[in-house]
Amino acid sequence: MLDWIHAGPSMTAAFVASTVEVVEAMTIVLAVGTVRGWRSALLGAISGLASLAIMVLLFGPAIAQIPLAMLQVVVGALLLLFGMRWLRKAILRYGGFIALHDEDAAFARETQQMRGIAAREGRAWDPIAVATTFKAVMLEGIEVVVIVLGVGAVGGMLAPASIGALAACVLVTIVAFLLRRPLSLVPENALKFTVGVLISAFGLFWFGEGIGISWPYRDAAILGLAALLLVASRLAVAYLRQTKSRKQVSSLSEGAIS
Amino acid sequence: MKTLNTIIRELFGLFVDDSTLALALLVLLSVVALLVHKTWIDTSQTAVLLVAGSIAVLIENIVRSGRQGQA
Repeated sequence: MLDWIHAGPSMTAAFVASTVEVVEAMTIVLAVGTVRGWRSALLGAISGLASLAIMVLLFGPAIAQIPLAMLQVVVGALLLLFGMRWLRKAILRYGGFIALHDEDAAFARETQQMRGIAAREGRAWDPIAVATTFKAVMLEGIEVVVIVLGVGAVGGMLAPASIGALAACVLVTIVAFLLRRPLSLVPENALKFTVGVLISAFGLFWFGEGIGISWPYRDAAILGLAALLLVASRLAVAYLRQTKSRKQVSSLSEGAIS
Repeated sequence: MKTLNTIIRELFGLFVDDSTLALALLVLLSVVALLVHKTWIDTSQTAVLLVAGSIAVLIENIVRSGRQGQA
């Protein structure tokens, strides 16, 4: 019987994080497919997926051999670093200190780049297209694998985390191929913010378990940790927005004086 | 070789973007682990220190980035 208090956050974190990564990979696959042909673009993407599957098969059983406490400490620390990195970026984006990620701009950039490289006539496969989509799927996929292993491997929640990631892959692929354009309407920063909060909460929980903390309410403590991080992050966003508007007002008044 | 380098760089970049944030978190985790290992504080105090410390590290980084006006 699945423990939904624990499986729910694992599945949600894997689904949301994977959605962000798959959207980014899909933008490149769509750009390459549109400009250089679908056959080569899909070959590269499928090869990337196959390489990822081999990687999971190789490293998955190896992870099971690591003592639990050590695994919890290492995975917890890595998840905290990973989650805080996403959270920091999402907070700075909401605060207006760095630009939001724009899938349309990424698509246009990739399309232009692909048009700039001449295709060789008479070749059945376009090596540039194959290599580009292979690299995109491989690199974004590694992040998905890290997330799935991170949120799933320690607590025996690999199956729910994998289901979450797989659902994201299937959903984004179907929508992207129906629309045949980048999924710029996906609220990427909101997703990154959510993932940052969830993954950081998992990181704190597992690291704590690994060093011997017995959290109140056991696994449900992850939700409490996520709530604390959410409140702190919202306050940080409010602070940044206030700082930004104060800076704008002072630069406007300086301009008026001069 | 170039692809392998890219993968290693990307893997590193998964966890480290702002090096001061990563370093501060690693120092915090090391201190917390040491305090528990030496049994200088009990586990409930450790939990508070771990959570409050992590949030403080994040907030300090955000405030500093805000003051500098860039990421």
